[in-house]
Amino acid sequence: MLGKLTWAAIPFDQPIPLTVGAGVLVVLLAVIAWVVIAGHLPYLWREWITSVDHKRIGVMYCLLALVMLLRGGSDAIMMRAQQAIAFHSQGYLPPEHYNQIFSAHGTIMIFFVGMPFVIGLMNFVVPLQLGVRDVAFPTLNSVGFWLTATGALLVNISLVVGEFARTGWLPYPPLSELTYSPGVGVDYYLWSLEISGVGTLVAGINLVTTVLKLRTKGMTYLRMPVFCWTTLAANLLIIAAFPILTATLAMLILDRYLGFHFFTNEAGGNVMMFMNLIWAWGHPEVYILVLPAFGIYSEIVPAFSGKPLFGYRSMVMATMAICIISFCVWLHHFFTMGAGPNVNAIFGIASMIIAVPTGVKIYNWLFTMYGGRIRFATPMMWSVGFMVTFIIGGLTGVLVAVPPADFLLHNSMFLIAHFHNVIIGGVLFGAFAGYTYWFPKAFGFRLHEGWGKAGFWFTLTGFYLTFFPLYAAGFLGMTRRMQHYDVAEWRPWMIAAGVGMVLLSIGVLSQVVQLVVSIRDRNSVSLRDVTGDPWDGRSLEWSTASPPPVFNFAVLPDVEGEDAYWKIKSRAREQGLLRREPEYRDIEMPRNSPTGFVCAFFATIMGFALIWHIWWMVALGGVGAFATFVAFAWRDHDEYVIPAAEVARIDRANREARLAALRARSAA
Amino acid sequence: MNILDPQGPVAAADSAILIDSIAIMLAIVVPTIIAIFAFAFWFRASNTRARYLPDFAHSGRIELVVWSIPALTIILLGGVAWIGSHQLDPREPVPGTGSPVRVQVVSLDWKWLFIYPDQRVATVNSLTVPVGAPLQLDLTSSSVMNVFFVPQLASMIYTMNGMVTHLNMRADQEGNYQGLSAHFSGDGFPDMMFDVHVISPLDFPKWVEATAKSGKELTADSYKQLSQQSVETGRPTYRLPDPRLFDDIATQRIPPGPGPKLVENPAKPRPESGAASVR
Repeated sequence: MLGKLTWAAIPFDQPIPLTVGAGVLVVLLAVIAWVVIAGHLPYLWREWITSVDHKRIGVMYCLLALVMLLRGGSDAIMMRAQQAIAFHSQGYLPPEHYNQIFSAHGTIMIFFVGMPFVIGLMNFVVPLQLGVRDVAFPTLNSVGFWLTATGALLVNISLVVGEFARTGWLPYPPLSELTYSPGVGVDYYLWSLEISGVGTLVAGINLVTTVLKLRTKGMTYLRMPVFCWTTLAANLLIIAAFPILTATLAMLILDRYLGFHFFTNEAGGNVMMFMNLIWAWGHPEVYILVLPAFGIYSEIVPAFSGKPLFGYRSMVMATMAICIISFCVWLHHFFTMGAGPNVNAIFGIASMIIAVPTGVKIYNWLFTMYGGRIRFATPMMWSVGFMVTFIIGGLTGVLVAVPPADFLLHNSMFLIAHFHNVIIGGVLFGAFAGYTYWFPKAFGFRLHEGWGKAGFWFTLTGFYLTFFPLYAAGFLGMTRRMQHYDVAEWRPWMIAAGVGMVLLSIGVLSQVVQLVVSIRDRNSVSLRDVTGDPWDGRSLEWSTASPPPVFNFAVLPDVEGEDAYWKIKSRAREQGLLRREPEYRDIEMPRNSPTGFVCAFFATIMGFALIWHIWWMVALGGVGAFATFVAFAWRDHDEYVIPAAEVARIDRANREARLAALRARSAA
Repeated sequence: MNILDPQGPVAAADSAILIDSIAIMLAIVVPTIIAIFAFAFWFRASNTRARYLPDFAHSGRIELVVWSIPALTIILLGGVAWIGSHQLDPREPVPGTGSPVRVQVVSLDWKWLFIYPDQRVATVNSLTVPVGAPLQLDLTSSSVMNVFFVPQLASMIYTMNGMVTHLNMRADQEGNYQGLSAHFSGDGFPDMMFDVHVISPLDFPKWVEATAKSGKELTADSYKQLSQQSVETGRPTYRLPDPRLFDDIATQRIPPGPGPKLVENPAKPRPESGAASVR
């Protein structure tokens, strides 16, 4: 009846996951109870769960990322504590538990923190920057988000029902095959990523279409903000790379479920094929994460330097160069597999070539600061912190692209330090910068500067103190994923990294406090964003109110050059007048749809049932998801009309605020 | 285990390339970092002496320079990578004194087996080699992937079931070194540490002689025992009646290691208590 699922799946013998799981469950139930009792459920259902508004979906993506960041961060704290303790001893985590934790940490941080964070920011910002009212496929957008949430949910269910993979964040066979991993852990991994992978692919298709087809009048390709360019590049990579991941994991599923032999030791299976395929997705994935972050810096550095981005065309060229070359380097993840010197050297050099456009980007940001009037608000602090940190990560990255150097550093703690250096220093700093920068646009008030700066400094110093010791440990021959060790020379570095982790945690905590304090003080003069342009921004998202009305723009803007909003604003400042009031018209917007949520509900049931071999439930979930899709396809009305009078009322309020600000400025 | 303190020509060349590459990159990275701090500090909004250039967004000369600097660096480093990859190909024989010593390495769950086909002996978790002699290693795995790694002596190389990889190396200083696995292979992975004893060429035959007298024989049957999941804290030695054992392992005539033995809980299959638990 319930397949492999029995009471034995609940880890009653392991206090840590059980208490954590129970705690999370209690908090979750409390939140749900509060929502229902306080009567927020209809609001939540109407305004968020069924929303197809790209802004709402973007916010939900970012929220998912922030919550999962806390989960992945807890894993990180446990790992650093274990390695600080487990010298000549087993530490406090037995191997079967420790191995789950590092596997879950990597999986969560890449798929459920990095990906939703950048996709959320792109979703929120790109239509606003392009001057349009929504993404190309609004309902599909909602489906993509909820399927991603399904994946995250399944990973978290594994904490208390069964186990997670114990194979590392990429389940290399044959370790991940049934012979060597007979438990459900790998199945949790596989189905979570198959389902959320569909969500990501859908998001990618949606954003590419949006950038290519939905630009406002005059928004030619070479007038788009660089963030839109990096969005295009990253989502082209998603479309090209995620199907590889889905197919590769599907092959592993066939091996595990139906006795196929793609990657087994026996019957002609080939483990090297898995490594090639998974990295043919895995390396573009790195750029899927970091390209949007590059775009964020390209928005923030000009805005806070008070001048346009230096070398815009270079930036575009560098972005597209990275997009293409990132597909030609995957073999550098296994130089030590014994491929010949020609293969190693060619892939090594290809990997280094990516450093050229990346280096150009750094110099362009540098020269954007040159001749500027730099305001060091929190987003700019993250950006400067990124530039310095990322260069060091780039150096160590090019170093491991030199095959003979990699022969000593592959899979070592040096490698761990390297990729955290680029992912924290590049992607996470960028996500935090973008979060702080666009937060007032999303909610109408800024985040508290003091707590934000505290968060920045603790995260930055915490990062250096955690990961530079790992570089040292790598030089001392320490390899990754050590549940315990007996080598005395590694010990001090592991303790130092543990201390760094404390600072890093304080940094994350400061940002949690920042959010709470900012929500409490949201109506104070220092935080409230009245005009919709709190940072003196340059692109079109700052020309709307904060938060923007559901239709974004009362009248779609007409773009005359790069930095579209800056030109409009400069003219207004010269003339002391806003542009003439436009002629308002009715606006058609897509209706809400529960399709995404219901689809994901059935996908969750189906995924869970597949993991536990509960076949009738698989059928139930599959039929349910398909029925949802059919019901959506049969809909009659998919749009509603906002009358011109309503549009005028909303837009006039913002025009008044802007006019007041303009007068105050010219008076000063 | 410091990789910057190499004790053989392969590790020495690897680490020389590592240090040279860092030096080449630091030459541009350090000035760039200084420039970031300098620009960020000087062009701060409160500095009234700094020139404000609100329209400065393009300069052909600067762009030429910023594309050239990383490109030239990468051309230089690319040359290093190309030459280094060819000189340090693990399959490339390493010269040395005396006749080459062949060692066949098998990674097991979770220990290392070293077979000396010419000397007709085998050891577990302990590799003994003569100083200065060329060492020719053939490597495979009994089950899952591992990476053979002696940080002070040689490049890393993967071990894979049903396949043989090759590694050439030489140890130039007598002494004891440590090796380990550099690829996660399951619960016993952190215990896959092994000793490397580099002894004088005169002592090596004596060591072989003493080892050949050991009571245990490594045959297909005793190998199957070894390939069960377990951690080995001792350093057992074996006589080797059939020098083709490694070929039988690599070609899967001896089937791959069995993985965990299952006890009844189908939800979370665990190894049988005792036999396979870690310590």
